[in-house]
Amino acid sequence: MNLMPFTPELTLAATAIIVILLDLGIQRKRWLAVVSIIGIVVSGGFTLGMWGGTPAAIFNNMLVADNFALFFKLLFLGIAALVILSSNDYVARFSRFQGEYYALVLLSALGMMLMAATTELISIYIALELSSIALYALVGFLKDSKSTEASLKYLLLGALSSAVLLFGMALVFGFTGKTQLGDIARVLGAMSAQTVIASPGLLLGMVLITAGFGFKIAAIPFHMWVPDVYEGAPTPITAYLSVASKAAGFAVILRVFHSALGSPSLLSLDWALMFAILAAIGMFVGNITALPQGNIKRMLGYSSIAQAGYLMVGLATMGLSPATSASGQSTVMFFLAGYALTNLGAFIAIIAISNKINSDMIDDFSGMIKRAPLLTLGLSFCLISLIGMPPAVGFMAKFYIFSGAVKQGLLWLVIIAVINSVISAYYYLRVVKVMWLGKPASAETVPSSYPLRVALSLSCLGVLVLGIVPGLMMKIAEFAGKMFAF
Amino acid sequence: MGFNYLTTIIFLPAVGALLVAFWPGLKDRQIKWISAVVTFISFALSTYLFCIFDRSAAATGTMQFEEKISWIPAINAYYHLGVDGLSLPLVILMTFLGFLVILISWKIDLRPREYFAWVLLLEMSILGVFCSLDLLLFFLMWEIEVIPMYFLISIWGTGRKEYSAIKYVIYTLFGSAFMVAGILSLYFTTGSLDMIEIGQRGLAMVQSIMPVTGIFFLLIIGFAIKLPVFPLHTWLPDAHTDAPTAVSVILAGALLKMGGYGMIRICVSIFPAVARQYALLFIILALINIIYGAAITLRQTDLKRLIAYSSVSHMGYVLLGIFALSKVSLVGASLQMFSHGVITGLLFAMAGLVMHNVHERDLRKLGGLAKQLPIMAVVFSVAGLASLGLPTTAGFAAEFLVFLGSFSSTAIPGMSVYTVIAIIGVVLTAGYILWMIQRVFYQPAIEQYDGVHDADILERVYMFAFIAVIMLVGIYPAILTNIIDIGITPLVQLLGSL
Repeated sequence: MNLMPFTPELTLAATAIIVILLDLGIQRKRWLAVVSIIGIVVSGGFTLGMWGGTPAAIFNNMLVADNFALFFKLLFLGIAALVILSSNDYVARFSRFQGEYYALVLLSALGMMLMAATTELISIYIALELSSIALYALVGFLKDSKSTEASLKYLLLGALSSAVLLFGMALVFGFTGKTQLGDIARVLGAMSAQTVIASPGLLLGMVLITAGFGFKIAAIPFHMWVPDVYEGAPTPITAYLSVASKAAGFAVILRVFHSALGSPSLLSLDWALMFAILAAIGMFVGNITALPQGNIKRMLGYSSIAQAGYLMVGLATMGLSPATSASGQSTVMFFLAGYALTNLGAFIAIIAISNKINSDMIDDFSGMIKRAPLLTLGLSFCLISLIGMPPAVGFMAKFYIFSGAVKQGLLWLVIIAVINSVISAYYYLRVVKVMWLGKPASAETVPSSYPLRVALSLSCLGVLVLGIVPGLMMKIAEFAGKMFAF
Repeated sequence: MGFNYLTTIIFLPAVGALLVAFWPGLKDRQIKWISAVVTFISFALSTYLFCIFDRSAAATGTMQFEEKISWIPAINAYYHLGVDGLSLPLVILMTFLGFLVILISWKIDLRPREYFAWVLLLEMSILGVFCSLDLLLFFLMWEIEVIPMYFLISIWGTGRKEYSAIKYVIYTLFGSAFMVAGILSLYFTTGSLDMIEIGQRGLAMVQSIMPVTGIFFLLIIGFAIKLPVFPLHTWLPDAHTDAPTAVSVILAGALLKMGGYGMIRICVSIFPAVARQYALLFIILALINIIYGAAITLRQTDLKRLIAYSSVSHMGYVLLGIFALSKVSLVGASLQMFSHGVITGLLFAMAGLVMHNVHERDLRKLGGLAKQLPIMAVVFSVAGLASLGLPTTAGFAAEFLVFLGSFSSTAIPGMSVYTVIAIIGVVLTAGYILWMIQRVFYQPAIEQYDGVHDADILERVYMFAFIAVIMLVGIYPAILTNIIDIGITPLVQLLGSL
């Protein structure tokens, strides 16, 4: 059996195990971070080696290594590396469990990589659980009351949504008799369009699957866990949740809805409209509830609900596009890449600042421009990108996603989305205002370790470069947008 | 095609901004000198472009100094720059104001590094708006100016500066939201983001069901907020009054012109039929701008707020000239954009100087300053007279062209009546300008102000630079109208062929 396409995952699993074993022996836990990064780099090397080749399916068509999966694998590896780099300042708080921390981050990344690569319903579920269980533990890592509460909320709601997801998958299986996505597509294609649209089982299954995945991507109305979990989790894990977990959720939604439920086109029109409405409501709810927030992690949590709304506009576009075009999903993928860099940059700066002032409240960030000029500049730039203003990648990402949507006749949704960008400007700029105009509480500078500054610089550089010359990344996204379901 | 003039003019201030922001250990004097040198070079280059600009009849309808490279193939976006008769005067205006603004800001001592970095970045984005010929690049530059304005007003401003800054940002972003929807609709219907291409090919080849009127209005909302057009003008008094002097100069002098330029270049050039159909609506709005704006100005008691409201009224002339849709009125509107930029720039600079030296901005408390500040009195008076349209000043040349053009326009029935109503605005303008000057300078002197400083050398330099340009354009407007003519003629042909 050809295991070559599986090497990135194998490498990452091996790295996680090595980290746990090394933790038994060595005293300087800093080395565990180094080992993790090395493992990520090796895994990334294997992934890059497969880029551009012919798609291969292994394990009886359960796992596929097409460019779509490779794109997301590289994304998750990059995010994991940046999170580990920026955790440097944070792990001192986990007195005894640093080895487990790094291992769990790696295992969660492994689960996400599998989520992007699998083309079979049960494997999707398993990968989802692998990633989520690691995250449940990571959220509660601080072991104080807030962190534990966040972890428990995440666990309970996550378990519930996984159950709902499984029920949906069972219904789809019951209707089509297959669990492999390509097979499902073939079965649906063989039936008449009327049977497919009129069947309550399939539609209910589709809705329940959306509910299950909607939890992961923080879509309305499955978003209630986000503010509490984001606030209680350790900040590097909040960053990890807000970008990687969301990207994984979108990867698997893209795959399931495009490959399995993509035809007949009446069906895809159904779920396109569903995503469009969820997007519209999600954007408003996310942005309006973010307006009064005083805790920056909570505010970014609500903002990520709104950002999921913008992404769902891309999902709606994909549903309305012809099955052969990659335009809908490529816009979502470009947005995810840009959003990952932006959000990571913002959270990395917040890690350093919160560490020093021991607070996550926005008012305590007052006057930071004098105490930590480069951190403030980075955070401000990332917030400007989140509003969607040039020269940051947020503008290009939104322009790209909205251009795809207008092409498919969703001008009404685009107008709602751009109005929401204006609403969001208010609360993002409020943070900027406090940092630049406020009086600093003390004159002490905010220290930040070298790895954290490297991570922040990489993120902000990425945000700027992708904002000015996005052409290459857009081409990559278009190339990787073609999914193979076998 | 040789040297990339436009790229240099646009991005030299940005390079200056990066230098000023990030070079460690710069002293205040060095920061100011770097800024001054960078903006002067941009100004010199743009003047050079003015001299070598091809004014022959063969150049009508072509873009000069064009640069075009592929930027984002995935969405057919190009890095496309070029100027024609319409945009070159505005580029010169911005580089001129950009250099003088550095001189006006010479005495800034609060966080000068950030101040000059933001000002230079602002200059880059406004120049980018005037030079870009690709819709995405145009919009990108349009958006970039918002953040520097936010910081400049909220940190270095006065009064309710934070409120005014966020109001400005939200208002502008609101307009941009609709503008981006309009740009996307245009891109969807024509498959291209190139302004020239869309204008030439016309929307006749459109195969979509999206109504062109809808796209026209989506686009024009953004420009209407910027110009500003009643009733979307309420951000202007706050932003102008609470901004620092130099920022008010740029805001009134160049930023408002982005709205007018966008209307002519995008809305009227690409949608001439819709413009003609709805011209009456915009003429009425222009009249409200002129009369209502002037009436409100009469009631102001704060010096800066008075000048701010006067901008609303003067930009009404621009709107009138644009939607009268005749050749002379469009030339007049463009000339009015230039002359208003210089005149109101000077007015704000003088107001700032008065406030800085006298520490008083309430008109009821000022008086008789001509005794203590003779030079400032003369310059302020000249500026005021230019603003009300006295012959031999640029204000007269521009307003006369606008009125002549709109009176003789055949685009809409009853145009002559509207023009007469607009001319009443001139009387009101005379009213508030003369009353303001009288209240500030020409009543009996107040002892409290004995010993305030008159303008020093640096200030006299920029004051006379302003006056020189105002007089030059006023006495010989052909220096600009020759160029504007070349840019407007193809547009008029487009309108005329309807």
